[in-house]
Amino acid sequence: MLREIRPAIIVLVVLTAITGLAYPLAITGIAGVIFPNQAKGSLIEKDGKVVGSALIGQEFKEDKYFHGRPSATLAPDPNDSSKTVSSPYNAANSGGSNLGPTSKALNDRIKEDVEKLKTENPSASVPIDLVTTSGSGLDPDISPDAALFQVPRVAKARNMSEDAVRQLVTRNTQGRFAGILGEPRVNVLALNLALDGASAN
Amino acid sequence: MTVIGWIQILLFCAIVVALVKPLGWYMTRVFSGERTFLSPVLRPIERGIYWIGGVDERREQHWLTYTVAMLLFHVGGFFIIYGLMRLQALLPFNPAGQSAVAEDLSFNTAISFITNTNWQNYGGESTLSYLVQMLGLTHQNFLSAATGIALAVALIRGFARSSVRTIGNFWVDVTRSTLYVLLPICVVYALFLVSQGMPQTLGAYVDATTLEGGKQTIALGPVASQVAIKMLGTNGGGFFNANAAHPFENPTALSNLVQMISIFAIGAAMTNVFGRMVGNERQGWAILAVMGVLFIAGVTVTYWAEANGTSTLEAFGLTGGNMEGKEVRFGIVASSLFAVVTTAASCGAVNAMHDSFTALGGMIPLINMQLGEVIVGGVGAGLYGMLLFVVLAIFVAGLMVGRTPEYVGKKIEAREVKMAMLAILVLPLMYLGWTAVAVVLPSAVASMANSGPHGFTEVLYAFTSATGNNGSAFAGLTGNTFFYNLTLASSMFVGRFFMIVPAMAIAGSLAGKKSIPPSAGTFPTTGGLFVGLVVGVILIIGGLTFFPALALGPIVEHLAMNVNTLF
Repeated sequence: MLREIRPAIIVLVVLTAITGLAYPLAITGIAGVIFPNQAKGSLIEKDGKVVGSALIGQEFKEDKYFHGRPSATLAPDPNDSSKTVSSPYNAANSGGSNLGPTSKALNDRIKEDVEKLKTENPSASVPIDLVTTSGSGLDPDISPDAALFQVPRVAKARNMSEDAVRQLVTRNTQGRFAGILGEPRVNVLALNLALDGASAN
Repeated sequence: MTVIGWIQILLFCAIVVALVKPLGWYMTRVFSGERTFLSPVLRPIERGIYWIGGVDERREQHWLTYTVAMLLFHVGGFFIIYGLMRLQALLPFNPAGQSAVAEDLSFNTAISFITNTNWQNYGGESTLSYLVQMLGLTHQNFLSAATGIALAVALIRGFARSSVRTIGNFWVDVTRSTLYVLLPICVVYALFLVSQGMPQTLGAYVDATTLEGGKQTIALGPVASQVAIKMLGTNGGGFFNANAAHPFENPTALSNLVQMISIFAIGAAMTNVFGRMVGNERQGWAILAVMGVLFIAGVTVTYWAEANGTSTLEAFGLTGGNMEGKEVRFGIVASSLFAVVTTAASCGAVNAMHDSFTALGGMIPLINMQLGEVIVGGVGAGLYGMLLFVVLAIFVAGLMVGRTPEYVGKKIEAREVKMAMLAILVLPLMYLGWTAVAVVLPSAVASMANSGPHGFTEVLYAFTSATGNNGSAFAGLTGNTFFYNLTLASSMFVGRFFMIVPAMAIAGSLAGKKSIPPSAGTFPTTGGLFVGLVVGVILIIGGLTFFPALALGPIVEHLAMNVNTLF
């Protein structure tokens, strides 16, 4: 048994160095060369400033922008670091609501959101993803239905025709991968950037 | 449920099955010490490790020595992780300036990673430096997985050999698993993940100014290199708090499919390694069939439950299934499938929040873990867990016809059955026992995020996940308390090692037995009757053990939901 102590230390240290340092550093080096944009987080720059990541949702509240899904992410309470406060789309602390199907809190939240959305667009039925929080709290996407639902509000706020806004939504809709995998979706940040571009013209 | 949804599920199953034979063939060569196409590169490194480690690769070990070597290896791994977490503030690669991790949380995390559980009481991006993520966690992602594979191979040798005292050399098995199996796949896989949008950088978190003028700090890091092994090694510990639901940890529907496949790939192929090493591949396919039956049943229930949604959503006229806690790019089907895959295997990565699943949709992941994670299971751990059930099933079949049970040419006798029962019974002792303690301690009850039966399920899920070395969670539960850090760590430890030691004892005892040729009275273990028998034994043992606990949690919650009772 004693003869197993030497390999227990040395094999462990060598394999740790290979898998814990050499491997991640090598991947970092290679990825930085062949996929530099993705490796750094798919950041989007506008006028030389980082406005976000193509993959990370961000909070939109103004009427002139399409809104993403509700987000349940938290941040430490500035007044008491042992507590947390709501901080939607906090990309340094991902997480979901973790509320279960029989939760009263979840029920109340959905009720409030549904009523608010119904006043905004009484003619369409409320899409499920606009009243449910995502798993990460950073979902960059909404369903095409959820984007179309918001067209009247956005068009009004921007003095654009609903058709023009709807066309932008269609152009920014991604289908399933290879027609099979995942779900059709609209990247909210990309759509809003396109919208800003169209308004500027 | 939709047609396109089922096509996605079947596509996933087809790819996993297609990988079984080639991967099984390759791994059999690796563990038989034969040359592979990677030998010209890796063999010199392998020999170098043996040389400085003082390992004689031709010297094999008795099962007890093999087990002690494995345990010593884990003691070292524990101290590396614990030390790095406590000292991270003083060490390099810490651009976010994370401070030292508390003692109980470091203890819990170190146990969590050496047992291949990867339970997260910490939030990756808000707690750990890049150095801890790489040198602490990524390394143990590899080595705990390599250990699982090594142990399964040792148990297979027990079945395959006759009249010998040894079952292989632990150092050789663990080195070969790491160098020849896990590392080469991960290099290619990690680069694929980066191509999909997963970050891989040592740079600091980025501050963005959003379109509305707000400030958003975006956490980054060497994510892809860790996620590759996290999935392939069925570890499951996320780089980020939200795990594979985080867009950086699972950017596209394609990365999601590949991640699910990689969870199952090695575990499924181990059945083929078993078949090849005992000299009849059909023995392996029969075991895979048992896994397949249980898997498809679980997927069907969860997909159906999630697609149906909840009565709350229905009351507001919302359609499209239960999207709370799910990501739009995956939708209902890919989230449901992922949940069943990750708990059937002992992975524990999540791409949706299980805590927000419907009562029945969330019950299937719980059952998968309570059955011992033998449906493909963890890399290696799934196969040795399943072989324990096979031993019991063969024993039951033997009792029915009054004949000494045999399996792949080995007599199954009192010692093997006792050891199998010990390994199987210790699991419910941990998760039912600690759940019972937690629900009467006011401080432990205070950790629940939901009230009513759902809160109970959160606690039951936590201890089940820890004992099963899964690591997924009903994440509303606040686990980072002194009580949960220690009790969950004890569950993980017992769940891992009290299963391994009896399994190795069986390996040693079988290796010493003579091999007997099949006769007319031998129960055939490659047919449908055998598959049905093993499925039955798994469900009966499972059903008797945990049905009462399920009745208090998800089942009563489902009934409450149907009459619109809220908590």
